[in-house]
Amino acid sequence: MPAPPCAVCHAARAALRRPRSGQALCGPCFCAAFEAEVLHTVLAGSLLPPGAVVAVGASGGKDSTVLAHVLRELAPRLGISLQLVAVDEGIGGYRDAALAAVRRQAARWELPLTVVAYADLFGGWTMDAVARSTAGSGRSRACCTFCGVLRRRALEEGARLVRATHIVTGHNADDMAETVLMNFLRGDTGRLARGGGLGSPGEGGALPRCRPLQLASQKEVVLYAHFRRLDYFSEECVYAPEAFRAHARDLLKSLEAARPSVVLDLVHSAEHLALAPTAQPPPPGACTRCGALASRSLCQACALLDGLDRGRPRLAIGKGRRGLDEGAPRARAQPPPAAVLPDF
Amino acid sequence: MCQVGEDYGEQVPVGPPPPPLQSREQKCVKCQEGVPVVVIRAGDAFCRDCFKAYYVHKFRAVLGKNRIIFPGEKVLLAWSGGLSSSSMLWQVLEGLSRSSAKQLRFMPGVVYVDEGAACGRSPEDRAETLAEVRSILQSAGLPWYSVSLEKVFSLPQSVLRYFSQEPATGKSTYKEAVDGFIRQQQGLGTQGTEDSPSPNPGEEQLSWHGPQDAQSLAEPPTAAQTEAVSRLFHSVRTLTAKEELLHTFRTHLILHVARTHGYSKVMTGDSCTRLAIKLLTNLALGRGAFLAWDTGFADERHGDVVVVRPMREHTLKEVAFYNHLFAVPTVVTPTLDTKAPEKASIHRLMETFVLRLQAQFPSTVSTVYRTSEKLIKAPRAGRATSPSRPRCLLCLCTLDVDSEDSATAFGAQTTIAPSRRQPPTPQAQAEEPPVTCCSPGCGAGSAEREDLRASVIEQLCYGCRVNTKDLPSLEPLPPYVLTEAQLRGHRARVTQEIQEFLMEDSEDEVDTA
Repeated sequence: MPAPPCAVCHAARAALRRPRSGQALCGPCFCAAFEAEVLHTVLAGSLLPPGAVVAVGASGGKDSTVLAHVLRELAPRLGISLQLVAVDEGIGGYRDAALAAVRRQAARWELPLTVVAYADLFGGWTMDAVARSTAGSGRSRACCTFCGVLRRRALEEGARLVRATHIVTGHNADDMAETVLMNFLRGDTGRLARGGGLGSPGEGGALPRCRPLQLASQKEVVLYAHFRRLDYFSEECVYAPEAFRAHARDLLKSLEAARPSVVLDLVHSAEHLALAPTAQPPPPGACTRCGALASRSLCQACALLDGLDRGRPRLAIGKGRRGLDEGAPRARAQPPPAAVLPDF
Repeated sequence: MCQVGEDYGEQVPVGPPPPPLQSREQKCVKCQEGVPVVVIRAGDAFCRDCFKAYYVHKFRAVLGKNRIIFPGEKVLLAWSGGLSSSSMLWQVLEGLSRSSAKQLRFMPGVVYVDEGAACGRSPEDRAETLAEVRSILQSAGLPWYSVSLEKVFSLPQSVLRYFSQEPATGKSTYKEAVDGFIRQQQGLGTQGTEDSPSPNPGEEQLSWHGPQDAQSLAEPPTAAQTEAVSRLFHSVRTLTAKEELLHTFRTHLILHVARTHGYSKVMTGDSCTRLAIKLLTNLALGRGAFLAWDTGFADERHGDVVVVRPMREHTLKEVAFYNHLFAVPTVVTPTLDTKAPEKASIHRLMETFVLRLQAQFPSTVSTVYRTSEKLIKAPRAGRATSPSRPRCLLCLCTLDVDSEDSATAFGAQTTIAPSRRQPPTPQAQAEEPPVTCCSPGCGAGSAEREDLRASVIEQLCYGCRVNTKDLPSLEPLPPYVLTEAQLRGHRARVTQEIQEFLMEDSEDEVDTA
């Protein structure tokens, strides 16, 4: 059976059926619609004002690749300028290849690229060093817990380096849906109360962050990358299989099979959750050590690094944060282990 | 609400694998002398009596803590025959029979909804189940009502309306009511009852004995009605939507029974485990705005009849053991998802997911449940909603849909090919049906049918809209839904016509600014 004609231009043969609406579209029409929807999200949510210098968090993966490409297409209409900021977490055999993909993209699209490395920012701690340090703690190594917190901080530093006014990340609807499921399973009321929007407006001196792809499902992101022939890196991180997110991801996949709209339904739910005022996190302040946005006296990045430096990596994870000398300057700064090993 | 066909296979009962050897010397953790019969939490073995005390206390503590059921009030127990609701019925019966000071002081009745028609059961099977139901309820000795699902075709439109009740009752009025009740019972004085907001305790005595009221609604359904129900359910495309539709109808029927017989509270037997599953299910169904109503202790969405969930602190495991140890009678009936594969519906998927995760991480259910207690019954801050917002036609919750074209999940789905929508005239938008409503060529019906669908859809909340997409045609819906939809649609059009002459407070402007 030949493919039906495209439902929009009626000229070309349809090349795909949109997961969202079931509409049969040709490649160019789908890409145009996708871009228009992202434009609509940015405009209707007033995420990026004209004149903004936007730092795109680029990992080399599909989401950030698609985001960078779409924003580059839309940049003249939005009146924004783009900067790619990539973070080198120091994960051997994984990040180097991904960074190579980012470099290729930057060169092809002629966008300025800045790479910030964990090793430079966090006193020599790379993710590989963190993984080694946490390996002996018996429980799961919680690599993603460290990496997520530190990456957020690194991206902020990188964006400041290039004098950006806004940060955008490539989180899509699936990511948000997983997150809301995870937050319920973990009982994280603070995040449930805060989440749901398209980003944060930038309080307490932090740069405004937003997620322009939040209303686009992962399938559509992949389809867009396919039809635009984007070159991206699609390996999974070596530490990812240990993450709790895997449970939520598997669940979401099977839910989507039962009802295709479930991803956006979850996003809608997240947008409308109402939590008791007592469950709302206190207004954020500034970290006493680094000055970054923090809900307690130490920001989570500093707290985690503090634990690592003292050889007790789980100190800031889970309940209590007992034993953290919050507020006090670093008592004994130990040299990071392992970082010296590869030198000879 | 319905606990039939509960899948608790994952929960390994007594004596987890590690050491069964000590069991002979082990004593009950409570009384230190009884022989333990059941391990509820890790390592805590209870003897039979202590387990019973613990279980009964939990039930009464939930009621006592919330102080929502007034003495002498008529309370309708929604009983499906399943584990949790049977256990609830049993708790109430025990509470009534006791002559101690802690005797329960409300007037219970029981309602049973026969859902056989939706599940495609044969008349013989249904009659057999009904006989079982009857024998249990007769031995219970409470007034009871048995309604078949077919009765949705004769429900009045009033079921879909909100009836406001006198202002919320605080602690002081509760105390007054209790005092009044006690005084009245002792025959000392009657002036106390006048402050009592509970509907006139005197008249309850009439309906106290026997199932005499059951007849009016309990007439056996006609074959044509059964046929209509099964045609409706067969037409629904997904099991997820079938479950939701059945839930809606069941709620409406119970509400109707409660209203016609003067019950102001309905008790459902949702256990903690069930509520955790329901919470995540409803989250995935797009009902995030209503989680506090759907899973909280009290659900006041109907106004005059409040649904309460007194079993919400009991885990399914505790319920199962209690029923087993104390021989609580249950009726096992196949439901919609009986024998359905694990991936057949969102309900089934969530159930398996939660129970499986619970087996690995025993705190899963309680974490989700505790989180649900932090949810509040108010629109999220920043989401502009005026209190007079219309209510969903089906679930009666205040509509939670965002404006079209907003940067939200709802807006993203109503935005139609934005590239072509350059001059968005209001007329053009109103006429275009939401593109997601049906795939091309699915309806292909007359304009009338599309009109009906559009007018029903716009009166639904987000979650009910998503479910309605799985109904190819809305015509088989029971008349009370369709007539009410037409009436509301008509009213909305009239209001629109006279809109320019109406004066309004301009609070909305403040919200949007």
